[in-house]
Amino acid sequence: MSDHDKIYSTKLQDKAERSTILMFVLTAIALAIGGIVEIIPLFYLPNTAMSGGDGTFNGTAHKDGKGNVVSMTKIIWNPATSEHKTLEDWQPGDGVRPYKPLELAGRAIFIREGCFLCHSQMIRPFRDEKDRYGHYSIAEESMYDHTFQWGSKRTGPDLARVGAKYSDEWHRRHLRYPRDVVPESVMPNYFWLEKMPVNVAETVQTMKVMTMMPFNPVPKAIYTDAYIDGAKTQLEGKTDLDALIAFLQGLGNHIKFEEGVNYRD
Amino acid sequence: MEATQTTPVKYDMEVVRWFTIAAAIYAVVGTLLGVYIASELAWPFLNFDIPYITFGRLRPLHTNAVIFAFGGCVLMGTGFYMVQRTGATRLWSNGLAWFTFWGWNLIIVLAVITLPLGMSQGKEYAELAWPIDILIAIVWLSFGLNHIMTIAIRKTSHIYVANWFTMGMIIMITYLHVVNSLAIPVSLTKSYSIYSGVQDAMIQWWWGHNAVGFYLTGGFLGIMYYFVPKQAGRPVYSYRLSVLHFWALTFGYVWLGAHHLQYTALPDWTGSLGAAVSLAMIIPSWGGAMNGMMTLSGAWDKLRTDYILRFLVVSLAFYAMSTFEGPVMSIKTVNALSHYTDWTIGHVHSGALGWMAMVSYGAMYHMVKKLWGVDKMYSESLVNTHFWLATIGTVVYVVAMWVSGIMQGLMWRDYDEYGTLSYTFVESVAAMHPYYAMRAIGGMIFNLGAWIALYNIVMTVRQASAVRGANAVPANA
Repeated sequence: MSDHDKIYSTKLQDKAERSTILMFVLTAIALAIGGIVEIIPLFYLPNTAMSGGDGTFNGTAHKDGKGNVVSMTKIIWNPATSEHKTLEDWQPGDGVRPYKPLELAGRAIFIREGCFLCHSQMIRPFRDEKDRYGHYSIAEESMYDHTFQWGSKRTGPDLARVGAKYSDEWHRRHLRYPRDVVPESVMPNYFWLEKMPVNVAETVQTMKVMTMMPFNPVPKAIYTDAYIDGAKTQLEGKTDLDALIAFLQGLGNHIKFEEGVNYRD
Repeated sequence: MEATQTTPVKYDMEVVRWFTIAAAIYAVVGTLLGVYIASELAWPFLNFDIPYITFGRLRPLHTNAVIFAFGGCVLMGTGFYMVQRTGATRLWSNGLAWFTFWGWNLIIVLAVITLPLGMSQGKEYAELAWPIDILIAIVWLSFGLNHIMTIAIRKTSHIYVANWFTMGMIIMITYLHVVNSLAIPVSLTKSYSIYSGVQDAMIQWWWGHNAVGFYLTGGFLGIMYYFVPKQAGRPVYSYRLSVLHFWALTFGYVWLGAHHLQYTALPDWTGSLGAAVSLAMIIPSWGGAMNGMMTLSGAWDKLRTDYILRFLVVSLAFYAMSTFEGPVMSIKTVNALSHYTDWTIGHVHSGALGWMAMVSYGAMYHMVKKLWGVDKMYSESLVNTHFWLATIGTVVYVVAMWVSGIMQGLMWRDYDEYGTLSYTFVESVAAMHPYYAMRAIGGMIFNLGAWIALYNIVMTVRQASAVRGANAVPANA
């Protein structure tokens, strides 16, 4: 018996080592399982903020201390049930809403400049993070974030609830020359954003794309054709800096969190 | 005895030569970019108010350069090298291999142009714009097809273990790249992921961690399983251990991505599952590291004189350390401290510099000698110099990040006796300065080694070509 005929492991292993196809298929199967088990349920389970398209959210139910279900209408803004019917009427506490046109343009700049590489947008349920940043983040808050921006590193502070914490003027000064406001900061200067006009056409197109998403699209009832057409006037004459500030000021105040409610499980 | 001696197999090695040189160049560029952005965090004036070189735009270029330019050229070069030699056959298609080489380099050029312009999809390690993503898929599949078809036409009975790992990498990266990159374009350079929030986070870290698992680990383990035995002149220590190592890693590593999302808005079970499997992965990872190390049993004395072997052995030590550190960091209590801090960056670099780059250089030096048919490098002592610079640079870097990471984590969660937070955020930023400077210096030391390696490789090639030229003259005369 030649050395090559001897089986040193199991018959299946030996067979796989002799057959490119068998090795390929077995490897391909073994590689697929973990991803399937961890990813697919997140499209179906409760508390994953996956909209069913008819206003339902996979049976998501946040419960207060007495076990009463908190209405989803307070978590995710729905113009059909809310007293505020348009994005312009929307008030903080009405629930998670899609971005307004200028905020959407600002979000594109946030992504373009790689802000997420140093600033997270995901507050964890710890005492210090509550004291520093506010209530822990929940799934619904990033449901309209196509390309989530939770980040993985805090070279700078978390931004999930930075909205309305500082004035527009503070942001303007800070973004232009961070060390004028915070001497120890290591953030680059972004004064040049002030010279760049917002890309109107691209932002309008982005709004259209957001309504076409297969998962968690912006409802057409919110981004109506008329609203998208009207976006231009909101964007004309604005700079990238205006847009970025608008984006930051809109972060984190959508839901009015109540004491004693478990928003995660 | 047969009368005719079988002629040695002719291999298609020219493309491997080009991949090897390209890798040596990209290693210099990629780590230099790393040094620069590290310096930007220590001394922010280095952003020079030029949008194209701000930290936020250069950081993706650094990660893409080291992972996809340097790592990619090493993996494809060694992949084509190993699959021919272990199968005693030429490439299935030499022309397709050249398509892979030029296609991959075109992608790198496009990355160098688009990333400083801010054309990013906003997904870590998957920033490149959607048309480039399509190009990546095509070129990657050309590599995969060629590699797997070359396995199929091998002259040997069994597929060698190194090729299992490369095949696993090819399949997994295809899954990951395709699923994670699905997006709807807004313009030619801009697109948005079809997933959002929780689902996007899970898919992104399934991609992110498995790019580490199957590209930076699996792919380079393939290199380890070929080049360590070759350089040591000994067979792999345990065949059974390598079978265990491969299947455990192939099945298990996929589950780990969720540990990047501990305490986030994902359902709790995903992070816990990710952490549990992460801990289990210590066993095959250490099994694999032992398998590589023990291959040297009986040949340990070679470490005194064989500098290439030093690279390979130290890379295995870093591999073992990183694959222990990673699971520890995935445990919830540790993760609560380590997540969002520089500790993560330190962990990545102990893997990327200590394991991936070291094993790559071991393989590259080994290949350069074989590919250009020389007994020695231009300067063996420069190989040793490079080895020490790489080792010291990595250690300085990693230690700086350990200290700064743990310090950040502790400062953020510290309370004073009145029950208020002890430190503002910016106090933690200021406290990082010495460690950011130290990290930049560590990177510089490593980068200096990469320059020396490039010099040494280029001089070796020139010398080999000169010798060949000199020999050719009398023949022509």
